[in-house]
Amino acid sequence: MTARRREGVPRAGLADREGFLAWAMLLPSVVYIVALVGVPFLLAVAFAFSDVTTGDPSYDFVGLRNFTAVFDDGVFWRSLGNTLLFTTSAMVLIVVFGKILANILVADFRGKWLVRFLVLLPWTTPVALSTISWLWFLDSIYSPVDWVLRRLGLIEGNVVWLGDPGTAMLSVVLVQTWRLTPLAAVIVMAGLVAIPRDLDEAARIDGAGFWRRMLEVTIPLTLPVIAVAALFGAIMTFTDMTVSYVLTRGGPTHATDVLASWAYFRGIEGGDVGQGAAIALFLFPILLAGAIAILRAVRRLEAQ
Amino acid sequence: MNETEALRRRYARRHVAARVGVYGAAVLAALVCALPFLWSLVSAFKQNRDLYNPESNPFAFNEPATPDHVRFLLTDTPFLTFVGNTLLVGAAVVALTLLMSLPAAYSLARLNRPWGTPMGIAIFLVYLVPPSLLFLSLTRVVVSLGLEDTLWSMIVVYPTITVPVSVWLLIGFLKAVPKDVEEQAMVDGHSRLGAFARAVLPLVFPGIVAVVVFTFTLTASEFVYALAFVSSSPKMVVSTGVPTQLIRGDVFFWQSLQAAAVVTAMPIAFLFNLFLDRFVTGFTMGAVKT
Repeated sequence: MTARRREGVPRAGLADREGFLAWAMLLPSVVYIVALVGVPFLLAVAFAFSDVTTGDPSYDFVGLRNFTAVFDDGVFWRSLGNTLLFTTSAMVLIVVFGKILANILVADFRGKWLVRFLVLLPWTTPVALSTISWLWFLDSIYSPVDWVLRRLGLIEGNVVWLGDPGTAMLSVVLVQTWRLTPLAAVIVMAGLVAIPRDLDEAARIDGAGFWRRMLEVTIPLTLPVIAVAALFGAIMTFTDMTVSYVLTRGGPTHATDVLASWAYFRGIEGGDVGQGAAIALFLFPILLAGAIAILRAVRRLEAQ
Repeated sequence: MNETEALRRRYARRHVAARVGVYGAAVLAALVCALPFLWSLVSAFKQNRDLYNPESNPFAFNEPATPDHVRFLLTDTPFLTFVGNTLLVGAAVVALTLLMSLPAAYSLARLNRPWGTPMGIAIFLVYLVPPSLLFLSLTRVVVSLGLEDTLWSMIVVYPTITVPVSVWLLIGFLKAVPKDVEEQAMVDGHSRLGAFARAVLPLVFPGIVAVVVFTFTLTASEFVYALAFVSSSPKMVVSTGVPTQLIRGDVFFWQSLQAAAVVTAMPIAFLFNLFLDRFVTGFTMGAVKT
């Protein structure tokens, strides 16, 4: 193509040289990302090996001291465990509900516009605001959830959702699921829309019922997007501190502390930037491993 | 004859059952997702003695409704300033994001460099570096640039979140444009760059709109950076301003908080819903299937 054009109109300005253009168009993004993600990332790594605190910002190399201090702290292991529990359970729920929701949203029915609008609300509301709404929803005295349960005769008094380690974790997971399910649904919808109509119809003519079509046509064909939805859900949950920060402040007694929130409490509220950075650094390798695993799964599925 | 009749009846029954199932599921989904907002909407207009009574129905007005708390939000708190700041930051971030991600996505999607795919994946992986890991060091960067407590701090840093996702989405939209479009434009005498600007961009306009809405949503919900960079209330955005200014110690201005949540949520969800279909197609076109 390039050759043909060169023969026709001799015009090889910079705006035509693909090799140059490719770099020039990519450069702003790359420079920006290196400056504001790459450099701060290295800085965070450097902080993790230093004794920087908010009170004393001078840099002294202290080797692995922050890491040994972090490892010796039971709260770190607790929050690591909480992060894994929080992420896996929220991710599974997000994918399952996201898939169901996507199937509802692609169906034809009256009032679809309104339903979609209502369904999108949890995702489009700023996290901090929707979590505050939930804070009242799970209030120890005035909780509307408790009011309904009381009316149904299931409980007497109050559950105190955020006061007990088990129900606090359950609440954090459910709020996170509620918040991210619409996004997962939108992503899965993308896959559902792309399924050729005749495939589904062929299966229908062959007499396959709803569940067989679901299990043998829809789900296998949408597995790549489901994997992408799982990836988004996992990343956003794994790195999220807002829900547990606003809802429980990591409590009761660290039962809902996750790595991100614990790093924040240590690094900003505790003032120990070095330790905060050391804790936060743990997010990255786990994330990377998870992401690579999912990206590879997507590729393998596509190759088939 | 009899058999076909029975078969038809069976199909008709099955059809009715399926319709009922769809409507039931849709209503249930809408309720589960929107119930907290419905309740927020009701309680925003409640009187204190109605709200702070554990026995009163939380979904209905047990005392006459009052607009006082909504008025308080609009006139006695800087809420409208927060809204203005959010819009300003959002618009600037959207502009910066498009300026950087459109050319980058075109380069990766169309200019067939051998490093195209690994670079695309690398940019996507940047999205995995979470704010919770970077905010400690980025706060230092922001301070050394002299941007703390300004809207600029957010405008400069937020594209780190939005650019990687936008590039990823735009690659999908760009790949869906047939190659002939550029070739025709180049035959007509445009340069490669001119072909991109005049022939390709108009075709991906719907995709760009979807990216704009998505970017704005991400910007408006961001919490960690906004909390770390800005501490004076006239410069705050909705996501940090509302929690910090409407919760004073242990005193929660509950009705006003609920009103703020509803007022913020509705327009964003409305916009997102308008462009949902475009967004959905954007995900299918190449982004996933390459």
